[in-house]
Amino acid sequence: MAQTLSRPQNLREWFAVALVWGAAALVTAVFCWLLGDIVWHGLSHISWTFLTAPPENAGRRGGIGPILVSTCLILGVCLTVSLPIGIGTAVLLAEFTSDHSLFGRITRRSLDVLAGVPSIVFGLFGNAFFCKTLGLGFSILSGGLTLACMVLPILIRSTEEGFRAVPTSYRLSTAALGLSRTTTIVHILLPAAVPGLLVGLVLGVGRAIAETAALIFTSGYVDRMPESLLDSGRALSIHIFDLSMNVSGGDANAYASALVLVILLLAINGTASWLATYGLQRKAVTV
Amino acid sequence: MTPVEPITGPRARHPLEERSVCQGPQSLIEIDRLSLYYVDKPAFQDVTLSINKGCITALVGPSGCGKTSFLTCLNRLTDLIAGCRVSGRIMIDDLDVMAPDTDVIQLRRRIGMIFQKPNPFPLTIRRNLVFPLREHGLRDRGQIAQTIETTLRDVGLWDEVKDRLDSPALALSGGQQQRLCIARALALLPEVLLMDEPCSALDPLSSGVVEDLIVSLRSRYTILIVTHNLTQARRIADHAALFWVQNGAGRLIEVGTAKQIFEEPRDPLTAAYVSGMRG
Amino acid sequence: MLIVVFLISEALPVLRHVGLLRFFTDPSWHPAEGLYNLTPMLWGTLFATTGSVLIATPLGILSAVFCHYYAPPVLARPYRHLIELLAGIPSVVYGLWGLVVLVPLIAEVQPPGPSLLAGILILTIMILPTIALMADASFTNVPQQYLRGAAALGLTRWAIIRGVVFPASKSGLFTGVILETGRAIGETMAILMVCGNVVQTPSSVFDPIRTLTANIALEMAYALGDHRAALFASGVVLMAMIVALVVSAEWISRERLYGSDSEQTTESP
Repeated sequence: MAQTLSRPQNLREWFAVALVWGAAALVTAVFCWLLGDIVWHGLSHISWTFLTAPPENAGRRGGIGPILVSTCLILGVCLTVSLPIGIGTAVLLAEFTSDHSLFGRITRRSLDVLAGVPSIVFGLFGNAFFCKTLGLGFSILSGGLTLACMVLPILIRSTEEGFRAVPTSYRLSTAALGLSRTTTIVHILLPAAVPGLLVGLVLGVGRAIAETAALIFTSGYVDRMPESLLDSGRALSIHIFDLSMNVSGGDANAYASALVLVILLLAINGTASWLATYGLQRKAVTV
Repeated sequence: MTPVEPITGPRARHPLEERSVCQGPQSLIEIDRLSLYYVDKPAFQDVTLSINKGCITALVGPSGCGKTSFLTCLNRLTDLIAGCRVSGRIMIDDLDVMAPDTDVIQLRRRIGMIFQKPNPFPLTIRRNLVFPLREHGLRDRGQIAQTIETTLRDVGLWDEVKDRLDSPALALSGGQQQRLCIARALALLPEVLLMDEPCSALDPLSSGVVEDLIVSLRSRYTILIVTHNLTQARRIADHAALFWVQNGAGRLIEVGTAKQIFEEPRDPLTAAYVSGMRG
Repeated sequence: MLIVVFLISEALPVLRHVGLLRFFTDPSWHPAEGLYNLTPMLWGTLFATTGSVLIATPLGILSAVFCHYYAPPVLARPYRHLIELLAGIPSVVYGLWGLVVLVPLIAEVQPPGPSLLAGILILTIMILPTIALMADASFTNVPQQYLRGAAALGLTRWAIIRGVVFPASKSGLFTGVILETGRAIGETMAILMVCGNVVQTPSSVFDPIRTLTANIALEMAYALGDHRAALFASGVVLMAMIVALVVSAEWISRERLYGSDSEQTTESP
């Protein structure tokens, strides 16, 4: 039979197999190289003291203790601000505006655009608005607020998805019971939308923690232990950037910090996918 | 064995009215003790059957008795299903279908398949026909255009779509889509057509059109058709085979000419099924 | 919405003082002397983005094809996890790797090392997961019946993918490309770290470049007055690029969906 398979076809299939496997191998190789490199160089430097000690000699030696603290504080600010606003907007979009109303369309469109805006632009905005106009200066507070602006689109979008996933029958049955809209939202919809919300939250945190560009000129560079929210603090990603670009001989610690950052992110992403599955399961049980 | 008609050569055409082939039965497909398992669950077991050249053979029986699985064995679509295991032998002429060195691509060209739900690709009508032809090595534009016209005429679609060959195939009605799928299979000059309930997803009118089309293809192609519609099977089939679930697996209960199966069934199961449906 | 207003209001002084045209006609970028030519950086952004998108798109799509149709299940799962993992790695980390590993490597071939090429490569690695995951998702949505139908016609695997899977997942792939382009345009840190940051229109891939985003990040720290406003103006430019991208994407996909599917008999090579 083989002779009837025209030759070019055979060749092409063979070529395609080679191409596809080649591409996959290339991608895997590059990525393993990258990850391996970071783990290899970073692992030897990580220890408990590295995580807790303050940096010395512009970060060439010492640890990343205060930097971790600043990072957490920035994240904290970011979340306290973005969570209520995000949920509020999502409720508004999902429950009080129809798909086709002008307001809903405009808000949704601008959220889509906003999600694609480069982080550096958020940085610019944060610098102008929070640091200068509101007079917060280079501080953890302005950094956190800027990140909050950045995270909002993601948060709103996935929370809205969560709300939309709630079956309409819930709404109808609560309405049939004569409950008010607010009661419905608080007692029925919010709990049901929690999985979507959590996923959005975790994704947002992931994006925030990885962010560098938006923070450079909002939260500042100072690497000592922050004393208040108005103090300038250095986030982990900025630390890596600074060590590798501006401090000669800081590579080793940069690698170690990078590893810490990657591990943090992995943990966060892991939580996200775990939450997504868990949320789905629970929904399946309750419905 | 008879060599497969090369797709690039002159397009030989069998006259449509040549009905004699089915009268002097000449076996084309021999199936010997064929069984199929999904992981460990048997779909059907020990089917031995021979299919006559140029005839329409209807496979009937209740749902879940392995008729569709049986069809997919014949063109080795079973290869696509993970955890699917086949034993037994299928010979088409003297080609051993299940042999590991069988050229599946060429096999599937020889054996066209029509599915229950029409499945034209999300391309234009023309591309739906051109693309498989080209992949099988037909490059000559004139021949391609010729083939498109003849196959579309064969399925009675030419006059309906000749002015909009470049509109999306998915915009056609269900019956038109199904006929396009048949045309797509015919364009590759198959010897055998496998049809998996080709009318059941269509409305009665389109269903009738497709049924007439199938009848018109008799003797030019060897057709195996799975159907739940017994009156339809009776109208169009030369032979019929009844499948039934026994001990958790599909089995071939009885096979014979359509006349014999529907009018003088030998097996009590067949009798019950045929009469039950009739009544 | 507030953000747009702010950016524009901050950029206004420079627009008023300098005028829009001078961003393109001034001899060079020397803000201290009142010369504001953005074009070299615009080119930098454009070259780096197109280059990386051109490399990452085929690689990413092939990766997804590999996952879906070629890889044995044992390989496909870890491969997908690997890609997902890479999508989450922050850009600074890519930048660090590029700086320490890639740049010296390029410097050996053709000094100075920090260059457009390094930028393109790093961007490619960064945006590849985006397109790969999008392609993967849209392949999952290709109805099984298309695949079975195509296989029953005796088509080879590659023919099925090229003739059926790609057309069927066209819009998903397209969205993926838009997303990755957006990410490439907006990327700052990694580019800043590996591109050399010399303000010039590159004449070869080994020339160092500076992109719009890197320019903002570099000079924001000390910019004042009109200079600062000029940086905001480049922010506006970036923003405009993204908006244009999103809008054109929407426009094209609508065209594709509702317009006549007229790109039929396209010859494939």
